[in-house]
Amino acid sequence: MTHPHTHETAVPAEHHHVALPQHRHHFETEEQQREAGSFGMWLFLLTEIMFFGGMFFAYLLYRNWYYDAFVVASNQLSIPLGATNTVILIGSGFFMALGVWAAEVKKKGLLVLFLILTTLLGVAFLGIKGVEYHEKWEKHHIPGAHFDVSEFVNPHAYGLHEEPLSPDMAQKTQIFFFLYFAMTGMHAFHMIIGIVLLFWLTWRAHAGDFSKGYVAPIENFGLYWHFVDIVWLFLFPLLYLINRHPL
Amino acid sequence: MSATSTTILNLPDQSTATLPKKNYINNEHGLLSWLLTGDHKRIAILYLISITFFFFIGGAFAGLIRLELLTPQPDLVASDTYNKFFTMHGIIMIFLFLVPSVPATLGNFLIPIMLGAKDLAFPKINLLSWYLYMAGGTFTLAALVLGGVDTGWTFTTPLSTHYLNTHVITAATAIFIAGFSSIFTGLNFIVTIHRMRAPGMTWFRMPLFVWSNYAASILMVLGTPVLAIAIVLVALERTFGIGVFDPTKGGDPLLFQHLFWFYSHPAVYIMILPGMGVISEVISTFSRKRVFGYTAVAFSSVAIALFGFFVWEHHMFIMGVSNYSALVFSLLTMLVAVPSAIKIFNWAFTLQQGSITFETPMLYAFGFMGLFTIGGLTGVFLGSLGMDIHLTETYFIVAHFHFVMVGGMLMAFLAGIHFWWPKMTGRMYPESLSKLAAVITFIGFNLTFLPQFILGYLGMPRRYHAYPPEYQVLNVLSTAGATVLGVGYLLPMLYLAWSLKYGAIAGNNPWQATGLEWQIQSPPLTENFIEIPIVDHEAYDYEWLEHKTKHEVTTVG
Ligand code: HEM
Ligand SMILES: [Cu+2]
Repeated sequence: MTHPHTHETAVPAEHHHVALPQHRHHFETEEQQREAGSFGMWLFLLTEIMFFGGMFFAYLLYRNWYYDAFVVASNQLSIPLGATNTVILIGSGFFMALGVWAAEVKKKGLLVLFLILTTLLGVAFLGIKGVEYHEKWEKHHIPGAHFDVSEFVNPHAYGLHEEPLSPDMAQKTQIFFFLYFAMTGMHAFHMIIGIVLLFWLTWRAHAGDFSKGYVAPIENFGLYWHFVDIVWLFLFPLLYLINRHPL
Repeated sequence: MSATSTTILNLPDQSTATLPKKNYINNEHGLLSWLLTGDHKRIAILYLISITFFFFIGGAFAGLIRLELLTPQPDLVASDTYNKFFTMHGIIMIFLFLVPSVPATLGNFLIPIMLGAKDLAFPKINLLSWYLYMAGGTFTLAALVLGGVDTGWTFTTPLSTHYLNTHVITAATAIFIAGFSSIFTGLNFIVTIHRMRAPGMTWFRMPLFVWSNYAASILMVLGTPVLAIAIVLVALERTFGIGVFDPTKGGDPLLFQHLFWFYSHPAVYIMILPGMGVISEVISTFSRKRVFGYTAVAFSSVAIALFGFFVWEHHMFIMGVSNYSALVFSLLTMLVAVPSAIKIFNWAFTLQQGSITFETPMLYAFGFMGLFTIGGLTGVFLGSLGMDIHLTETYFIVAHFHFVMVGGMLMAFLAGIHFWWPKMTGRMYPESLSKLAAVITFIGFNLTFLPQFILGYLGMPRRYHAYPPEYQVLNVLSTAGATVLGVGYLLPMLYLAWSLKYGAIAGNNPWQATGLEWQIQSPPLTENFIEIPIVDHEAYDYEWLEHKTKHEVTTVG
């Protein structure tokens, strides 16, 4: 075993049938490389679940403790905007799935198109999110020194009359809004990373990298993008919908 | 696919061994070839150098702590400086030394080889994890240079969020980044172990070192993100004054404790499991026997990883958690001792009737078995509710976790470094000097930390730099021990560096061990194997080896 030898002799000849330039030398087969990649992606998503899990846990706790505050604060969020965003994001995920399909059937033009549509919808989502954030800013609903509790009134179950929250509970809406900003902010941050990656993938797709049978990056990015969608599908009901009605 | 079997038919003659002309070290030259490498073995070396650097910084702080505690009066430094000392010591030792210690160095180097693979599944992510580690280390040093942090390594809220004006955010950033380095290491290991095993390398033929790193990787992947989010929330709360953890604003400081310990208890198993893997390898090799109860030892690693996620509240018994939940967590804590005990018993049975030799790694392994047992058993004391109320936040805790982390993991790390040094460098360490160092470490360790059990039992609280004069004798003993321990750590630094140039040539298999890593040249080729091996024997097949070597002769791919 002590004789010198070169890189070439280390790869047995029969492995050279692997045509793809993307095949890395330390994998025995292309199949192994692909499986390793997607397994790695799933594991990474698992870490993401644990990461978001910490915030969902905090949400659960404070929703229990400060139920009334969560009710009134939740009423400040706009269902139309949130719902529009949900539709947009599902659409974006849909185009992403089509993109994976286009890569698999080696249609370069379609792939580029779908990636661009995915990106556009992602940007639209962030735009609407920006509008919502701006509204919170104007209403002084950003937790901190300038936080304003005057708009928080208890929506009565049957809309008969509204009464202001107790001042103590009204302050707890800060916790709701903090969680709102932390969770949607972290989600938006993931989307921004995704959009940057989308630019890069679109550029490579345009160069023809993914239309010759090597589709792993598209598939794995697809997993990531769907994960980000799914996080929103939890955030939307938890923050916008379920606490609206007190009784 | 190659037809070469890895069966060991002839052990090479050590006396005629020469250094191989081509290997992973001289394959490419120049600093850049190291900084941009994808080779798991080179990345392991990068990690080894960096964690050694941080170990010595962390150690310097330990020295300062012990120096201050030599006398009852607060004479060396002011109290807030002292707080900064033990915080830096803790942060560096835990996040920059112990967590990456065995996995990122020995694990990185050995896991692909032990599985018969050419590299980890994701070499670039492996390199990225080292850069993240270095970035985390840099932020830690920045926090230190800018004036320090004094939260303790536990970042307790609302202390860390509201009451301190030290560099909490810088240190938090450091830990956040370093956390991702360990996530990526764990992720890489898991994928590699699932997908890169050589033909014939079934799950139950894997060396136990791989099993224990697999278990630790599960913890890294599932636990670390929770620490990350806890730290993000601390940073947000500190920057914007929001109030998730601040009771005056309706926040719950216990929430932070839950999130923090949900990671940090499993983290102690991240720190010890890979060390247990080292011990399995060493004990089997130097008693020339298969590890007794291989399957039990393998599964106990996974059991530790699973149970490890359900005991975190034992760090919070005095923090006002519900009595009923404390009761449940107390019971669960006892459970986690079971798989640890399984390992100790199985190692003991491996030794029984073995042909034991006392090379340096074996001495450290014996040290591990004794000290980890004491550390683990005192952990059971602390897991019992009544005892814990009395002992928590005293030096008893300090002694407990140093027995596990330093007496356990550090011993295992040194055992592993000595054991695989010939493989990593191609040269032997000086045997008698290193035996001396092992003995010095053992003596120094006990002298340092045994008195702390008594101090804690008598009621000396941790994290104070002054104490009543009646505690002085024990503290002087402890400081004296720390000095001895320091010598025990400096020695290997020196003679291992020396051996790089002057050590005897090791040859492929100086220990005549059965693991795949010993069947290739030392230091290995960049590709590890000329041809991917086909594995047709169990791990630690020493009995079989003994019969075989008499007859046949073959070299091994
Ligand atoms: C080299 C010999 C060492 C000595 C003499 C030493 C000494 C000490 C002392 C005196 C404390 C208590 C500070 C206090 O609470 O007042 C301490 C805390 C601690 N040590 Fe060590 N230590 C050593 C090595 C290590 C190593 C190798 C590790 C990790 C692997 C470690 C991890 C810790 C941790 C986590 C704490 C708790 C820090 C905190 O409470 O914030 N120590 N050490
Ligand atoms: Cu614990």
